[in-house]
Amino acid sequence: MRATTETNAGPNPPHPPGSPHRARPVRLLLLLPFIAMLAVPTFNFAEPALLGLPFFYWYQLLWILICSALVGVVYIVEGRSGRQ
Amino acid sequence: MNWTATTLFIALFLFVTALGFFAAQWRKGDLDLLHEWGLGGRRFGTMVAWFLLGGDLYTAYTFIAVPALVFGAGALGFFAVPYTIVVYPILYVVFPRLWAVAHRHGYVTAADFVRGRFGNRWLALAVAMTGLLATMPYIALQLVGMEVVIGALGFQAEGFAADLPLIIAFVILAAFTYTSGLRAPAMIAVVKDVLVYITVIAAVVVVPMELGGYAKIFAAVPAAKLTLPAPPAGSLGSYSAYATLALGSACALFLYPHSITGVLSSSGAGVIRRNAAILPAYSFVLGLLALLGFMVLAMGVAQNPAYADGFRRYGSNYAIPALFLAAFPSWFVGVAFAAVAIGALVPAAIMSIASANTFTRNIWREFLNPACTDAQEAGVAKIVSLVVKVGALFFIIFLPQQYAIQLQLLGGVWIIQTAPAVMLGLFFRFFNGWALLAGWAAGIATGTWMAAMLNFKASVYPLHVLGITIPGYAALYSVLVNVVVAAALSVLLNALAPDRHRDVTTAADYG
Repeated sequence: MRATTETNAGPNPPHPPGSPHRARPVRLLLLLPFIAMLAVPTFNFAEPALLGLPFFYWYQLLWILICSALVGVVYIVEGRSGRQ
Repeated sequence: MNWTATTLFIALFLFVTALGFFAAQWRKGDLDLLHEWGLGGRRFGTMVAWFLLGGDLYTAYTFIAVPALVFGAGALGFFAVPYTIVVYPILYVVFPRLWAVAHRHGYVTAADFVRGRFGNRWLALAVAMTGLLATMPYIALQLVGMEVVIGALGFQAEGFAADLPLIIAFVILAAFTYTSGLRAPAMIAVVKDVLVYITVIAAVVVVPMELGGYAKIFAAVPAAKLTLPAPPAGSLGSYSAYATLALGSACALFLYPHSITGVLSSSGAGVIRRNAAILPAYSFVLGLLALLGFMVLAMGVAQNPAYADGFRRYGSNYAIPALFLAAFPSWFVGVAFAAVAIGALVPAAIMSIASANTFTRNIWREFLNPACTDAQEAGVAKIVSLVVKVGALFFIIFLPQQYAIQLQLLGGVWIIQTAPAVMLGLFFRFFNGWALLAGWAAGIATGTWMAAMLNFKASVYPLHVLGITIPGYAALYSVLVNVVVAAALSVLLNALAPDRHRDVTTAADYG
């Protein structure tokens, strides 16, 4: 296995002038997992079951995938470098 | 004694031992420098960081305790899943900034950053001490996971001999951590994670087949455990408990020294951002593992006289080992138990390295020997990593296991008190250093008091607000007190004695 090396040893390129962390609308997507997972009464049911799994369990397992995808989308939109 | 399983178990253990010593040669660096020994030279790319963080955060104790909690408490124990969901947006937004500023200024610990950002050595000391106190019982708990599987292999002895396998395992762990530093757990994590994935996938496929499918498994679960019980009148009941446990645990996770060590060992901020998207694979495994708790119920393993002795000795922590013994052929039991034991080695090694980094940088160098050389600093860290492990071993051998569990529970309440200084500090320089210290003290006091009111047995505190009871995670409640105190005092102190000029970082350092 060849490990990915992202050498970042040199100094980072200078920041564009202005706010160092200005608002990035795409990051609002990252609020969705919080809203979904903290609204416990919206998923505290046994039915409908999926492959024998009660709703409570498969719904939260599904959100692992959704959250992973949302972070991935934000990452892709913001670009590999992390600087927009 | 289960010889087939024991032989495979020992063989896998010897293999990772060899790997641990060999790791010193991997991406060779000068191990007399703290950032080489204690952060692997900040050179781990996306894949290595994925294995390392996965091995670091999803510990053997997690793998034993989460299904045990589901087995015992039912749906409430599943909070580990929303917890390990919401933690990743936090990782994505907050911690690449920590990596960037740490890389720029050579920071090795969270307290290093706090020292530079707020120029307040006492605040940095508070952050360092909190990290050390929260980590110690956590290391001890890794031993619990190892102890349970060694016991489940059928190793029975009295007195000193009973503890011998554990002592041997820990001497090995101490030796390769000393020689190879963070490179050892990084390499071993690959083996550990592969074994864990194999074991869990086998379990969630094989056990339901033996039991006749998931529908049958859940049919055997009593309704009170199947979903969260509806709250009684005038209370938010288990709903607020579930949500606050998830949110509070997520806020605390990346503040632990071993998490920060994992984050800072990455080769770039992009590595952390990519891992925030791919680490949830481990959450999925954890979710499947949690379901195993129900399989233990459905199989009636706890009623089987063959396992009565194990449950008597280890309580519900024996649930998963018993399930594996009941469901798997003995060779695979060896693989599964090795996954748990090696799964204990990786976080125990990283935790002891993180504690050593913290003690050396933020206590020894800062307060005791500021004139030390870099080689002396690394030398002290290596010795401290040994001391920490011996301490954890004594803890488990000589004190009741309950102490370690209670202290680890308190550790979560304590470590979250560093959130305002570390996490908010990465974004804002509004807070005053002394105000943060006062907030920290208020949070520690509130959280400890809440835990004491619960006899240190639980962490869900029934808060009464306007006639409604809102049971919630004490860590979350106490950190709110912390933030309010810190913010209010900051307004006052920023007017009277501003300390913003002590910030050695600039806005560009965080990008």
